[in-house]
Amino acid sequence: MLYERKGIQMENKHPVVEKIISAYPAYAESIKVQRPNRIWLKVPYGEFRKFLDFAASDLKTDIFCMLTGLDDKENYSFIYHMADLNGLVLNIETSIPKSDDAHIATITDAYPAADLQEREIYDLLGIKIDGLPDGKRYPLPDNWPDGEYPLRKDWTPERLDKKADGAQKEESNA
Amino acid sequence: MPKKIVLPIGPQHPALKEPASFDVTLQGEKVENILVKLGYNHRGIEKACETKSYLHDLYLLERVCGICSHSHSTCFLQAVEEIAGLDVPMRAKYIRSIIGEMERIHSHLLWLGVAAHEIGFDTLLMYSWRDREVIMDLLALLTGNRVNYAVNVLGGVRKDISEEEKGQILKAMDILEERTKYYIQICQEEITLIKRLSKVGYLSPEDAVRMGAVGPTGRASKITRDARAEDPYAAYGEVDFKVVSDDHCDVYGRALVRVGELMEAYSIIRQLLAKLPSTPLKVNAPRLIPAGEAISRYEAPRGEDVHYVKSNGTDKPERVKLRAPTLANVQAVSTMLEKGYLADVTIVIAAIDPCFSCTDRMVLALNDGKSKAGSELTWKQLRQQSIEWYKKNRGVDFTKVKLDIK
Repeated sequence: MLYERKGIQMENKHPVVEKIISAYPAYAESIKVQRPNRIWLKVPYGEFRKFLDFAASDLKTDIFCMLTGLDDKENYSFIYHMADLNGLVLNIETSIPKSDDAHIATITDAYPAADLQEREIYDLLGIKIDGLPDGKRYPLPDNWPDGEYPLRKDWTPERLDKKADGAQKEESNA
Repeated sequence: MPKKIVLPIGPQHPALKEPASFDVTLQGEKVENILVKLGYNHRGIEKACETKSYLHDLYLLERVCGICSHSHSTCFLQAVEEIAGLDVPMRAKYIRSIIGEMERIHSHLLWLGVAAHEIGFDTLLMYSWRDREVIMDLLALLTGNRVNYAVNVLGGVRKDISEEEKGQILKAMDILEERTKYYIQICQEEITLIKRLSKVGYLSPEDAVRMGAVGPTGRASKITRDARAEDPYAAYGEVDFKVVSDDHCDVYGRALVRVGELMEAYSIIRQLLAKLPSTPLKVNAPRLIPAGEAISRYEAPRGEDVHYVKSNGTDKPERVKLRAPTLANVQAVSTMLEKGYLADVTIVIAAIDPCFSCTDRMVLALNDGKSKAGSELTWKQLRQQSIEWYKKNRGVDFTKVKLDIK
């Protein structure tokens, strides 16, 4: 367990951390308490949903704040920022290996508020979300070319310019 | 049984000055369901942040939104300062909170006018927007700008509040408080306003939590969540204020919460000014930010703003992710409008005080192959075109107006 931030006297026993460790001792290493109401931890994707439900019922962090998608070097990572009513933000990070068929399951069955942000993950990072209800895409325009995921680290706007140039040439040839 | 029809409202429509599209399925004049399409204001800011330094990002993120520009820049800086371990001096924190509350005042007065306009109460629009000028002038006096105040720098603020300015702020607060008392009276006594807004856009507390409603939208449904109170940042730990909430759960409740918050904002500003500590305005910030990550919360006028910043030890962030309050609130709109009437659609949408610039964060002005080749214009060509347009269509000749355009 890592206690960070200079000058702040951290309580060695954070009640939330204790609860997590007693239920999931394997996660103790990855827990980071940045300050009393900012807790970060990493959870393997296979156990993520079980942990999310545990956090909602036992830790009372059942308010969905934000979903961040990250393009790490080997993985796609997702941080689910969950809050409780007393100012605690529990940041649950989980990763899946990069592949063309990368996909994760939706959490909109329990948190309908996550809908737009999961659509954003698909549009910007190209990770399919299983079980997401039908709806309009967000946030890219309808005529955005397939297979272009702008938040991936290897993506640059020039790729689109090239595509547009190609399309123009085809048009003038025709 | 009347036939079902789908009515597309938007992206350009009279309800809002910003683009958003709502496909409303109607049974007669009753709304069956509503499908929201956003993204028309997507500008690629998150991606752009990864390619620019923290200093550039500060100014870029300030332009995520015109109304809550200070919210976004403060929220972003708080995350960066936490990663870098910077101890922001107290005076800077106070000034950030003072400007933040002024922003709330100008945003809520703006909302009051817009909401009044949507229900045809244009006198209130004129009144509240006239009063809003008081706070806009004050912001211009304190920061040099009516919007995009650029008062924040990494590690503090760039501009102090002098004794003379303090006096002017207090004077303005007195004027605005007097006016707000009148608006509260209107909200409590004006029968047409009460009847028009009551039971419109009902959002139960359970639905508010489920759909993730934040800010005044959530607080009007009995959800007393406010980042200023539950997770105090800047100088909010040093002042007494009430988290205004309401149990009407409808548009009327949302109006009451906002006018109530105006009164709290005046009190917060007075308290902060009374004990403004004399510390330096900023600490020196490093150019390279050590690797780390942080999440920052900020109670913007429209609700909770959340920024996530991940740094990698360079002068550019690895990832910046933001969630503006409208993204959280807009999903509740369909719940609010279910079984409502078509005539209520505009005021219900306006009642969440939507800001789609914040929500979308990008539009790519790219040549997508469908637009004509060579459609990019220089400033000179653009000006020439507008001169010709006005000459032809309006009979005004602007050629004599000299502008120094490079």
